[in-house]
Amino acid sequence: MADDLFKLNIDGKDIEVPKSYTLMQACEEAGAEIPRFCYHERLSVAGNCRMCLVQWKGAPKPIASCAQTVGEMRMNPDGTPPNVLTKGDYVEKARNGVMEFLLINHPLDCPICDQGGECDLQDQAMAYGRSGSRYSLNKRAVENKNMGPLVKTIMTRCIQCTRCVRFAAEVAGVEEIGMISRGEDAEITTYLEESLKSELSGNVIDLCPVGALTSKPYAYNARPWELRKTESIDVMDAMGAAIRVDAKGDAVMRIMPVVNEEVNEEWISDKSRFIWDGLARQRLDRPYVRENGKLRPASWKDALARTAELLGGPAEKIGFVAGDLVEVEQAKAVKDLAGQLGVKSLDCRPAGAGYGADGVREKYILNPTLMGVEEADALLLIGANPRLEAAVWNARIRKAWLWNDLQVGVVGEPVDLTYDYEHLGTAPGDLEGLLNGDSDFVKAFKAAKKPMVIVGEQALVGENSVDVLNAAHQIALDAGAIAEDWVGFGVLHNAAGRVGALDVGFVPEEGGSDTAAMLSGGVDTLVLLGADERDLSQLGDTKIIYVGHHGDAGASKADVVLPCAAYTEMDATYVNTEGRVQMARKAVQPKGEAKEGWAIFRALSDLVGKTLPYDSADELREVIREENPVFAGLGFAPGTAGHKVLLEAPAKPQGLDKARPFGAVISDFYMTNPIARASETMAECSLMKRGLETPVAAE
Amino acid sequence: MLRRFDLEAGGDSFSFKPETEPTIDFWLAKYPADKQRSAVIPLLWLAQKDNDGWLSEPAMRTVADRLDMPYIRVYEVATFYTMFKLAPVGKSHIQLCGTTPCMLRGANDLKKVCEKKIGKKMAVTDDGRLSWEEVECLGACVNAPMVQINDYYYEDLTPESLEEILDKLANGVDVPPGNFVDRQTSAPEGGATTLKEDALYDGSRNSVTGLPNLPESNAEEDPQSEAKGKPDSNPPTNVDREEPNKEKLEAAEEGAEATEDAEKQIEGARPEALEIDGKEADDLKRISGVGPKNEEQLNSLGIYKFSQIAAWTPDNVQWVEGYLSFRGRIEREDWVGQAKTLASGGETEFSKRMDGDDAEASREEGED
Repeated sequence: MADDLFKLNIDGKDIEVPKSYTLMQACEEAGAEIPRFCYHERLSVAGNCRMCLVQWKGAPKPIASCAQTVGEMRMNPDGTPPNVLTKGDYVEKARNGVMEFLLINHPLDCPICDQGGECDLQDQAMAYGRSGSRYSLNKRAVENKNMGPLVKTIMTRCIQCTRCVRFAAEVAGVEEIGMISRGEDAEITTYLEESLKSELSGNVIDLCPVGALTSKPYAYNARPWELRKTESIDVMDAMGAAIRVDAKGDAVMRIMPVVNEEVNEEWISDKSRFIWDGLARQRLDRPYVRENGKLRPASWKDALARTAELLGGPAEKIGFVAGDLVEVEQAKAVKDLAGQLGVKSLDCRPAGAGYGADGVREKYILNPTLMGVEEADALLLIGANPRLEAAVWNARIRKAWLWNDLQVGVVGEPVDLTYDYEHLGTAPGDLEGLLNGDSDFVKAFKAAKKPMVIVGEQALVGENSVDVLNAAHQIALDAGAIAEDWVGFGVLHNAAGRVGALDVGFVPEEGGSDTAAMLSGGVDTLVLLGADERDLSQLGDTKIIYVGHHGDAGASKADVVLPCAAYTEMDATYVNTEGRVQMARKAVQPKGEAKEGWAIFRALSDLVGKTLPYDSADELREVIREENPVFAGLGFAPGTAGHKVLLEAPAKPQGLDKARPFGAVISDFYMTNPIARASETMAECSLMKRGLETPVAAE
Repeated sequence: MLRRFDLEAGGDSFSFKPETEPTIDFWLAKYPADKQRSAVIPLLWLAQKDNDGWLSEPAMRTVADRLDMPYIRVYEVATFYTMFKLAPVGKSHIQLCGTTPCMLRGANDLKKVCEKKIGKKMAVTDDGRLSWEEVECLGACVNAPMVQINDYYYEDLTPESLEEILDKLANGVDVPPGNFVDRQTSAPEGGATTLKEDALYDGSRNSVTGLPNLPESNAEEDPQSEAKGKPDSNPPTNVDREEPNKEKLEAAEEGAEATEDAEKQIEGARPEALEIDGKEADDLKRISGVGPKNEEQLNSLGIYKFSQIAAWTPDNVQWVEGYLSFRGRIEREDWVGQAKTLASGGETEFSKRMDGDDAEASREEGED
């Protein structure tokens, strides 16, 4: 491969890099630090900030290293590799000049700027700028723009790097930010100051190298150096994006993305980012017991005693329903307690879901992995709307569509996914004979080396949903999507707790009732583990024990409310839709008297006389690992490991035509869980999305 | 200057005039189906034309919808080019050039006229007839100062003439564009000032009376030697000069060449010429180094056959090299040797290639 490599001498050091590298990448490879504003490795090259200037010996001018492809450089006249200098007077003078121009119109408001302390411009002005200003004229001022409830703008600070414009157009796929006018009038804005509509819009805040675009909900709340930073896992969808929870005292102040190339690259959705105000509102901070039709605050002792009393009934009349955010530890503790009590009715799936009952993990995880879509050449989405169900992954699909010529076909709702696709049908019945069609997508899909079939939540619930899954599996087999080195069949979940709960076997035992049966009065005592998304209207006089962290639908119907910790308040295991086991970390203390979920059930097990065999979360995790080895591999997605199971043909689908037609499972992206419903920010976004925008939110 | 849409004046809707549609189709047809958005600037311009000279927000959206572009992308274009007006303009919109040449020639006075007659920049008169703005160079500096009114240039203005134009336009009278002084395009005011002699145009200066600076020897033979030394004086006027006959000219040229040959001191011996019918001639281009042009020159020396070249003595070679002005090349390329082979019916490397490839011959020609 020597042909593809190029020799360079950078700062006196000989290095060899691929010809496709930019000079900036080459310099970084050589260990040099290159300042930049407009360049971002996940966006196209703009080359307009000029901060990355380096000296190329022999060139008449300094070179913008981000826009210079190494392969296009020429040798020195004597045939030796080009000499590049990233340090020295020449470069320093050039960068100093660029810095001075950038600062001419930049306000000196760092003391009141939210970006202060983590500002590229501030840092680089320190490193490369001059000590004072020589500019005595008036500075330019730019009107602030409305960009919606999430992004606050102070446009005078903008240095026109256009990162936000490129992000919206390239990554988010919603072309809504642009640079209007020109020269010194150039301004960044949305079209007529409409609010940003992308689910990924918050990422422009991180991209902005200055304080022009900042977080509106976080405005003036804290300084970056005051915050306690905890790297954790997001639970707003089943992707398990890597996040950093920044907390001050007992409050989560903000949530930022962390790079995890295999999951979220470096983006997170707006829901993941701005949910945090919901963590401080409508919290259950102490146990409650219903007396005379009203919930009254109670002590843990009373509440647990009442719970134990309710669980004392006949085992077949007791049920457990787990919600979308339940962590593995809690699910395992509940499962064990249910086993001790002889309860067979427990379920973590939405009503009508049939998957996961056979315990074959490969049939309910996203085997091709999230990153795998970049390898795939054809993608068939069945009953999935990744834009709402896994917004960050949708950006990755878009990336593959944009750069790898990925062909996409959709059986399901015809919605705007930010990329072109062929719509192949809306009903489960359309899956029958899908591959007999002769449309462009079907041809591409059959010819594909790495076809990918993804079944979404829309297809997984309702009558005969197992048939839909089997039909999709059969399509994957027919297309040759399953082989030793490529498993192109998977399920895209939209609940962070689902796969983990399935992995500990949180499904009805033989003879037990499933979610639908339990919720329609099939049991006398029902324990809800944060299951607020389930339809609770048919419960009648079923006694309800609600274990959760927010006062939402479930708590209002409960007879006993037991408060537990939310995902930022405990070390907890979550398994994402790929089957990747990840740990969320405790960033703040649980609210009030709330306890970690597993501990509540451990305490309860004492009261009912069936003590569970672990006294700490670590011991519990030890048990979990022993019983299911998949939990031993933290951060690891199985991918093709389980391809053998999938090679077996599934049962022939019988009642496809009777299955529930595909339709949205997420009607409102910003309101999918109790934390989001408690968040004012999310409420504003939701109103905005529905066109019911509130007057510009108070700052 | 900050530019924003006048949303109020723009109303809610816009549609292209029916007669504009063929023009839109013309522009769209210029670009491939997946690159239709390249037509955004022409379409915005047409929309502006159809909207009384300014681009309203609904008009911009109409263009974006036509081209299937996000509004923000078209908005960027519309705000980038100041040619697109985002607020209403008068029926006659005056663009006054204020760049250096016009400024030096009095554009500032014209500005005062505009301010007096119309008002502030970009303000529209109450009757909606006039508006004005200052623009950068419109490229008519020879006619400075000037203004552009809608699509046409009004040049060589004075405050008085501009005032008159504005008065007429304000009263709804059309003013033809062009010059406002006694001047044809950019020619001098009041007519030409140089190159006025009739002799320049009657052809008399074209008759040749003798060549200046000819060598003495020639001058003696020159029958018109009296003309020598004073070629420009009293040129004979020969208005009815007959058109030179082409054949005669060629003959004269040949003669001149021949005399030149005679003068040229070429060393060596001229090879013997051959009188021959063209059909019997060999294809001399089969010799590596002989292109069509060289062949022609050789033929003019009476050399048509390989056998002739094969028989050249070193003296002959020296002479031909001298004649063709390339020293040492015939020897280097071994024309004689090649000709010997070819004359005896053999083939050289080059002739073999040449038989299959004419490109080689044209390369040789290029070298000549």
